[in-house]
Amino acid sequence: MSETTNPGEEFAALEAETAAQLAAAADLRAWDAVRVGTLGKSGTLTGLLKGLGQVPAEQRKERGAALNQLKGRLEGLIERRRTALEEAALEARLRAERMDVTLPPRPHAPAGDGGIHPISRTMEELIALFGAQGFAVAEGPDIESDWLNFSALNIPEHHPARQDHDTFYLPAGADGRRPVLRTHTSPVQARTMLTQAPPIRVIVPGRTWRADHDATHSPMFHQVEGLVIDRGITLGHLKGCLIDFLRAFFAISDLPVRFRASYFPFTEPSMEVDIGWNRRTGELGKGGDWLEILGSGMVHPRVLANCGIDPREWQGFAFGMGIERITMLKHGMPDLRPFYESDLRWLRHWATDPLAPPSLAEGI
Amino acid sequence: MKFPLSWLRAHLETEAPLAEILAVLNRIGLEVEGVEDRGASLAAFRIARVVEAVQHPNADRLRALKVDAGDGRLISVVCGAPNARTGLVGVLAMPGDHIPGTGITLKVGEIRGVKSEGMMCSARELGLGDDHTGIIDLPEDAPVGASYVRYASMDDPVIEISVTPNRGDALSVHGVARDLAAAGLGRLKPLVPSAIAAAYPAPLHWEIADPRACDYVLGRAVRGVRNGPAPAWIRDWLLAIGLRPINALVDVTNLFTYGLGRPLHVFDVAKVQGRTLTMRMARPGESLAALNGKTYALTDQDGIIADAAGPEALGGIIGGTHSGCDETTTEVFIECALFDPVRIALSGRRHDIRTDARARFERGVDPALPAVALDLATALIQELCGGEASEVSAAGTEPAWQRDATLRFERLAGLGGAEVPADEAVGILERLGFAVKTRDAAQVTVAVPSWRNDIAAKGALDQAPSIPAERARAAAEGCAAVEPEADLVEEVLRIRGLDTIPAVSLPVARIVPPPALTPKQARAVLARRVLAARGMLDCVGFGFLEQKSAALFGETPDALRLVNPIAADLDQMRPTPVASLALAAARNAARGWPDVALSELGAAYRDPSPTGQLQVAAGLRAGHTPRHWAEASRPVDAMDAKGDALAVLAALGVPMAAVTVTTDAPGFYHPGRSGVLRQGPKVVLATFGELHPKVRAALDLSGPAVAFEVFLDAIPEPKRRRKGAPDLPAFQPLRRDFAFLVDEAVTAEAVLRAARGADKALVADVALFDRYAGDKLPVGKVSLGVQVTLQPREATLTDAQIEAVAEKIVAAVTKATGASLRG
Repeated sequence: MSETTNPGEEFAALEAETAAQLAAAADLRAWDAVRVGTLGKSGTLTGLLKGLGQVPAEQRKERGAALNQLKGRLEGLIERRRTALEEAALEARLRAERMDVTLPPRPHAPAGDGGIHPISRTMEELIALFGAQGFAVAEGPDIESDWLNFSALNIPEHHPARQDHDTFYLPAGADGRRPVLRTHTSPVQARTMLTQAPPIRVIVPGRTWRADHDATHSPMFHQVEGLVIDRGITLGHLKGCLIDFLRAFFAISDLPVRFRASYFPFTEPSMEVDIGWNRRTGELGKGGDWLEILGSGMVHPRVLANCGIDPREWQGFAFGMGIERITMLKHGMPDLRPFYESDLRWLRHWATDPLAPPSLAEGI
Repeated sequence: MKFPLSWLRAHLETEAPLAEILAVLNRIGLEVEGVEDRGASLAAFRIARVVEAVQHPNADRLRALKVDAGDGRLISVVCGAPNARTGLVGVLAMPGDHIPGTGITLKVGEIRGVKSEGMMCSARELGLGDDHTGIIDLPEDAPVGASYVRYASMDDPVIEISVTPNRGDALSVHGVARDLAAAGLGRLKPLVPSAIAAAYPAPLHWEIADPRACDYVLGRAVRGVRNGPAPAWIRDWLLAIGLRPINALVDVTNLFTYGLGRPLHVFDVAKVQGRTLTMRMARPGESLAALNGKTYALTDQDGIIADAAGPEALGGIIGGTHSGCDETTTEVFIECALFDPVRIALSGRRHDIRTDARARFERGVDPALPAVALDLATALIQELCGGEASEVSAAGTEPAWQRDATLRFERLAGLGGAEVPADEAVGILERLGFAVKTRDAAQVTVAVPSWRNDIAAKGALDQAPSIPAERARAAAEGCAAVEPEADLVEEVLRIRGLDTIPAVSLPVARIVPPPALTPKQARAVLARRVLAARGMLDCVGFGFLEQKSAALFGETPDALRLVNPIAADLDQMRPTPVASLALAAARNAARGWPDVALSELGAAYRDPSPTGQLQVAAGLRAGHTPRHWAEASRPVDAMDAKGDALAVLAALGVPMAAVTVTTDAPGFYHPGRSGVLRQGPKVVLATFGELHPKVRAALDLSGPAVAFEVFLDAIPEPKRRRKGAPDLPAFQPLRRDFAFLVDEAVTAEAVLRAARGADKALVADVALFDRYAGDKLPVGKVSLGVQVTLQPREATLTDAQIEAVAEKIVAAVTKATGASLRG
């Protein structure tokens, strides 16, 4: 590189040379040699930068700017090559690590203390206890239409109850409606009534979602919905069904259960259900305090009609309760958040034996 | 909704004690949220007189007081209040008293050398308001030594109830009193309308320019008013429910909002531009400086009240500062209007304005009340502020609200399950304000009171379009026929108490019910149990996670990205539960627990349609197997995950012989250490393998990690076939071992399949008992040790027959895989 060389050509030559060296560098070690040879203390580029001081002042600014651009290009080249070499090394490693995945696996699983999550356990208990009352399990998707989640259930567009639901929305689909993450398991009521002729007797345990996150609310949680549609079903049956369930679930044969008038858009008459407990100690069944535990009521005639069922012929009840809530109460679990943390230590503590599923014969 | 007990008693004549009132409120659906009993919490604070107030010897701003506590003692108190003076009668706190405004418990102190044995309190220190300019200054004749809260009539319990969205009428003390009276707790004091003498023509006129903005409005002016603080009873009530008294005219509007559920607005006539107040929709560019101190840019969907200068109020939601009433007001114009609940709700939500007026209008305000309320408000304003009333100015018409509803008495038992005597049912309805129109032995028809827009309400059904027309029509007719009746059944049972309904166990068709789960649902439960029995901990993970993490595990379509995530790291529906488990494993590793075996029976989201939400049994093992003397610890590997997946498939009835392995697993797996389990060429049952090193690096999972997913929806339902008879041959089986030398590219499955197929009659089982690749073998070769079980059926095999079948096996394996028998 003589003084007479045009700087542009000189730089282009260095760039081409470095590129060629990089291309020839087959592994990271060779690559590093090129990097040091270019950008290192006595590298080619470093030499040019050092030489800048000897350049006449009138040319220095222009040459300095050009050198800086060159530096950026060279660094880019070097970095790209490193990524490519690393990718290649990873590819090679993955190829070398190839194993025969058709091999038969070991006859036994690694030792470990497995177990069933408390939410899963409660769902199994619910299924056993309501199953004994003749309920079948119905299911529905987590992502629902707003019609099924709200409108079918007599919660029209501007109903104040819609605001109380803290709904998660997904982008609008082809129909222009935004799907929702179901805010309750109740849309499965409508799904069931639209696909199954009465009499109906289903429970719906499942995931539900609301945009609420604090010590006592989780953005995803679980509910169980119950729906009975038949002839001659009354509020008295609703009370009986729930009292029978609550006393069996909490294994307290004389658990006090209180029914209070309330309001839900999808039931009429509506009632909230409290169980007796001791607010101070958390003990269930005694103590004179009341704890709200679930909402229920006779299915609203509009819900029946929205789903094509003539409310003159058929009537029934529905209820919904939080699975986490009844699980925490049953076992005296203080905190909601660890349910979804998958902390090994918490899971081991609260998990139940998969070989001892809930059984009416053995006691829930 | 909050109200002090004395306010309730102003509307309800009752002897019932507080506890009974609370119990009944709970019973009838007006759930008690809390009771604040200041008579109890402020009982210790006594009225005291300052006998002497002298300058503190060591502090310019303090005074040393001698206070007569009313019990013969003279208490010395150091006080910094500017109004502390000899002769002042105020409120004394003694050591040990909890001061609600500051949260501290008072102790005997010494302030700059002077002992202080108590404290003279300001209103703020007692939690009774904002005033902290000085200590409470009571009239001379206030009884020294008496309880201050009792003297000030603040020992009034304040009840807070939650009102359900259907009960706009219960957002008023009068409405609550009516319900309590209906429940037998006393007598509702009727509203007695006052006769107002109109002294002059209304100075302002209403115009409804757009019926969307307002249905009906009345107004009346009172001139010559002297506005100032409202009397103590009004201020005490408002303070009790957390409202700040402002001046008599404004306080009257709040009194009506809470007392009757009838929001009013008062304009200062002098500040209104022009002589007309117009109800119209706002024009783009208009704004309102509202009474809450904020300015709102209005839209053409907002109904407003405007004068000649522009918007003066967001109708039914909030008034403007410009024309509001203050101490200088001498002529007031009272507005009493009805607004469309939906429009109020939308406007209120659009501007995020929560006011007492909005809460009532969006639930529906009594359409028959405006005239009565206007007269009552006029009378009260005249009583408080003097002045003479104008004629009424009106626009629009009272909306038709009259409806009937019929109750067949037998429905109380038929729907409600309660045997209620007809007289009792009718009595409850009458006390709630329903007027009997006709009645016979079987049924009663009542007129629905104007304030109950939730009974026999109008409103269209929203039927599923898939319902056949005939059925939809019948269902709609049925609904119209029974809905008002259900409303009445609810009213009767609510007031009577649901506890009076006998509980009846649900009848079952058969004492041994059919299974609650379908075979498909039962499979899911079983899958969870199988994995737990294999040492995995069942987890429940959020179905959404951070888009960046989700993208490591598959597609993250926009259609599955939340529009309104609650947190940035919970915005994308997960492509597989493996993603949640991997994050969980990383969290556990960070806590010092790198060895985990986690499973989840959960959803994988592919698209928002119901079929795009798959049910997956997934699992993840990370780290090493446990250390044990009898079994060495080792890193988990892909075979562990394959074993887990196969165990689930086997338990779910998938015939193992039909399962094949391909190596096209998803990209989150190590490409050379993962596989797909298939049944036939199309059905993907499961995937398994080691996690891709890049995925592990991205999640800070430093150790080995393997995972699997079993697609439960893909598993065909096993046919319910009776098992055949077991195969119990009379002859002993023979076992022969073979060592095949194959190229390392040859799969074990190919060798085993060839050996199995070599002689279908004799070969009963084939098992791989050894796999060796190492320096004793040529490069690129593997030795596979295969045990073949031969099961003779006709007779014991001769040596020649055994030799022949062995040759067939070798030939078949060689043909299929190029293997040679290892010497």
